[in-house]
Amino acid sequence: MKVLIIDDSSSMRMLLGRILDDLGVEHDQAQDGREALQVLETEGPFDLALVDWQMPIMDGIEFVRAVRSDYGSSGPRLLMVTSVNLLESVVEALEAGADEYIMKPFTKEALLEKMAMLGFELS
Amino acid sequence: MPLEKIEFDYLRQLVRDHSAIVLDESKEYLVEMRLMSLARVEGYASVDELSRHLRNTRFSPLHAAVVDAMTTNETSFFRDLHPFESMKLDLLPAAIKRNEATRSLTIWCAACSSGQEPYSLAMLLYDAFPQLRSGWKVTLLAGDLSQEMLKRARQGLFSQLEVNRGLPATHLVRYFRKDGAGWQVKDEIRNMIQFHELNLATSWPNIPPVDFLFLRNVLIYFDMETKRQILRKARGVLKSDGILFLGGAETTFNVDDAWERVQSGKTVYYRVRRNP
Repeated sequence: MKVLIIDDSSSMRMLLGRILDDLGVEHDQAQDGREALQVLETEGPFDLALVDWQMPIMDGIEFVRAVRSDYGSSGPRLLMVTSVNLLESVVEALEAGADEYIMKPFTKEALLEKMAMLGFELS
Repeated sequence: MPLEKIEFDYLRQLVRDHSAIVLDESKEYLVEMRLMSLARVEGYASVDELSRHLRNTRFSPLHAAVVDAMTTNETSFFRDLHPFESMKLDLLPAAIKRNEATRSLTIWCAACSSGQEPYSLAMLLYDAFPQLRSGWKVTLLAGDLSQEMLKRARQGLFSQLEVNRGLPATHLVRYFRKDGAGWQVKDEIRNMIQFHELNLATSWPNIPPVDFLFLRNVLIYFDMETKRQILRKARGVLKSDGILFLGGAETTFNVDDAWERVQSGKTVYYRVRRNP
């Protein structure tokens, strides 16, 4: 399994990276949506992307739309990992093509449960 | 960057002093994860900086907020996932077929805690079995010993940390509405559940014969004799073809051997042996 972490916060990228390291999951990272699209192209395929919403250059929703448009259903599963916590925002993300949504702050268990929902059972 | 040791040690001591919850070394990521947003909201660049501030000031609402953030009840919606998948794909369709004549179905969560389990079942019934909404009598009971837990469960108001746990985003959107900082279960789901006070170790209420009994992650708190009594009483409330779910670390084996263990895919459930 290979995961792409997309977040403009280096501490959040590191935190998510540590969780995935503990699980023995291979991962790569990007600081914004545009860089993430390049990483998908050059380092892919990825099984899952953990996508922050608010990022400079290209935000998480634009990234989700671009992945769905470029890769269709053969792209990675897309899990939004964001501090945006409005009901309308969850709806917007799902409509854009995100598969799941988790709000910061969250626990490692919550992340694992969301990954299990997407078919990636790790423990 | 991991938390500085002095800060991690201070934070876990703070939590221990005010909640009796012990966070071992492996929980450092959890402390950082849960406190990162709080630190930012309060204007600190990092959890280390927040901790340094707390360490050098007297106990304040911010200290209390840190303790709260670290002690949220560790349970989740659709806990363990597989029992609910089995319910959806196999067990409920079979029960609906079996009960076609009576058009009634009874599910009992006998240790419902803050309500995630019965609400998960209510959402599952509403979402995947719309035919039960007309002409069927569906009884979804949820009991707990704690008045405080029952009050919370009845309210159906969950924190953001709680709705993050195991709840599909599609269900959050369909069955909850935002209420301040929390998330409120909509009435159409809340009204499906009857909550009641229950001490598993004493007498049980009179309830209709049960199709599905959820008794998960509660037997572990009782001694062997009480476990045996509870499992015996469970046999008494279940229909002859009723199904019992226990927690992943619990078993009837060597406690009450009148039960038969059934493995269905990744799910384990129990039913009363036909010829004990």
